[in-house]
Amino acid sequence: MLEFDDIQHFLITRPPALAARYEFLTFRESVAGRAWLTGILDKVGTAKAVGSSQPDARWVTVAFTWSGLRALGIDEASLATFPEEFRQGMAARAEILGTTGANHPDHWVGGLASSDLHAIVVLFARDVTQRERSKKEHEKFLVQRAGVEVLSALDLEAIPPFNYVHEHFGYHDRLSQPVIEGCGVEPTPGSAPPIKPGEFFLGYLDETGLQPPLPEPQILTRNGSYLAYFRLQEHVGRFRDFLREHGNTPEEQELVAAKLMGRWRSGAPLVLAPEQDDPDLGRDMQRNNNFDYGKMDPYGYACPLGAHIRRMNPRDTAPNMQRRKMIRRGGTYGPPLPEGAPEDGVERGIAAFIGCASLVRQFEFAMNVWVNDPNFHELGNERDPIFGTQDGTFDMTIPKRPIRKKMKGLPAFTSVRGGAYFFLPGMSALRYLASLTSGR
Amino acid sequence: MAAPVLPSDPIEPPAVATPRTADWTKPAAMAIPKEGYFKLERGRYGPLYPRTPACHGFTLIAKIKPGREEAIRAHGKTIEKAVADMPDALASLKLHYLRWVLFDIGKETYFMYQGIFDTDFDRYTEDAVALFTKYGINTVFENLEGFPEDWKTNPPSFSKFVAEHQCPSFLEYGEYPYVTADEIKKALKLKAAFSAMLDLMQ
Repeated sequence: MLEFDDIQHFLITRPPALAARYEFLTFRESVAGRAWLTGILDKVGTAKAVGSSQPDARWVTVAFTWSGLRALGIDEASLATFPEEFRQGMAARAEILGTTGANHPDHWVGGLASSDLHAIVVLFARDVTQRERSKKEHEKFLVQRAGVEVLSALDLEAIPPFNYVHEHFGYHDRLSQPVIEGCGVEPTPGSAPPIKPGEFFLGYLDETGLQPPLPEPQILTRNGSYLAYFRLQEHVGRFRDFLREHGNTPEEQELVAAKLMGRWRSGAPLVLAPEQDDPDLGRDMQRNNNFDYGKMDPYGYACPLGAHIRRMNPRDTAPNMQRRKMIRRGGTYGPPLPEGAPEDGVERGIAAFIGCASLVRQFEFAMNVWVNDPNFHELGNERDPIFGTQDGTFDMTIPKRPIRKKMKGLPAFTSVRGGAYFFLPGMSALRYLASLTSGR
Repeated sequence: MAAPVLPSDPIEPPAVATPRTADWTKPAAMAIPKEGYFKLERGRYGPLYPRTPACHGFTLIAKIKPGREEAIRAHGKTIEKAVADMPDALASLKLHYLRWVLFDIGKETYFMYQGIFDTDFDRYTEDAVALFTKYGINTVFENLEGFPEDWKTNPPSFSKFVAEHQCPSFLEYGEYPYVTADEIKKALKLKAAFSAMLDLMQ
């Protein structure tokens, strides 16, 4: 049912890539932009072609902002049929998303807040060496096409140890992922049932049983998705200082880290391991997602009500959850900060994408209602401890018997350094874009 | 109808305490500017309206399509039955009270939907739409002039209709200001349990 040879691989499969480079492009002229796209088309990975059985991981993903679609030559009438939030762009939605204060677009880097940002190209690579080769190849390719410029770029690579996926704070990641119906994958025990493709791809039935309207022209939008991209700096020194401040022993510090996230750094969920870490549980995909909140931990004694994973997926404590799923992609950037080393001021963090069929309903809902609403779960003055916009005035409650513990004035462990909304077209759409003749 | 308008003069912040500092023991009233808010804060679908001593809510007023009065009245029974069959049906809306009214202005009939609830409508608009579809409440709206035909697949169109037909209050009063329906139910449960315990100790 899903057209795997038309949909880009990005939200469906992962290439075996431990490194990547994101290049943010501007098209000074439509003709140049289309010529660049034509030249790169055969490198774009489809869901059918990309998989872990492919030895060659040098796949490419391309996506465009609304102004990028205009720059390539899409007409104004069609552009007007795209959803409002995509037309405005992520920077204009800062108040709605809660990316204010230090996270405000005024402080973003890399030209991401500018309407000159037209496209992102993701160069996947097996390792750093291959990434550097791909970078040079693309550089040469761009030199031949005057009129396409790189506004900025970001190099990504996995950080050691390499035997598990994790980010700079040390948390085991990618443990809870939605399964798309029709992809032949079984959800792990405790995960939600497979989700209708229309929740992630345009042109398919979604969880209402109906197909949402497609922006025009359909050749452009069918088999496409929206991506919310953000570059999240992780202040590792500050995070480790906080753990030391709130825990006297390494075990106590691990518990503090677990209470913020909702899982131990090993991946073991607090609901199943409320007092002691269980790394075997953390590693076991058949057990590490098999829990709920409403029945197993209604008051948050195991997993605090405002912990990160409980906010990002309230499971059985929120209605309509089949309409709130999103696909996450991305990786780490920047050198790891060795354990025990003081903060060195070098920027490190994660660059991530949220893929969905409706930015306002899926991504913006999560940011507005789950991450940055201080009254999430009637907590009163609390935002997401890891991902929320923290300015030292928000708290975090750790339910405990007899008396709950309240950590007051959480520091900002992360900063949003940039973000953008992209449209990720299917292959026919890319060929259509490349073949346009309007514009300059 | 009452589309929100940006104020030209600086707005005074409310004289009444905001929820974080509120004292439920003292009834309170809040006067609200014409726009329905003190400071424009954008939600995903429209402006955010502040929580008042009467919590959150809306008053939607819309003209009905000619000849639809009986169809709308029949929905009173539909909702009564839905809630009798499943008392928790509307739980996710965090409602305190609902009032549905039909009234005439001259020869035209209007429908007023007034709700008092604990959630900010902008935040839960899609959950409300999902609920309405599930329990057949949506069909009331389909009898109103201007209601979008694609509302099921296009949540923003439903929210736009609500925003366009919302008439903000200029005064709200609460006997037990800001208290949520959940808190009230918790307090009543505690009271009942405590009474039962006292009886056992006789």
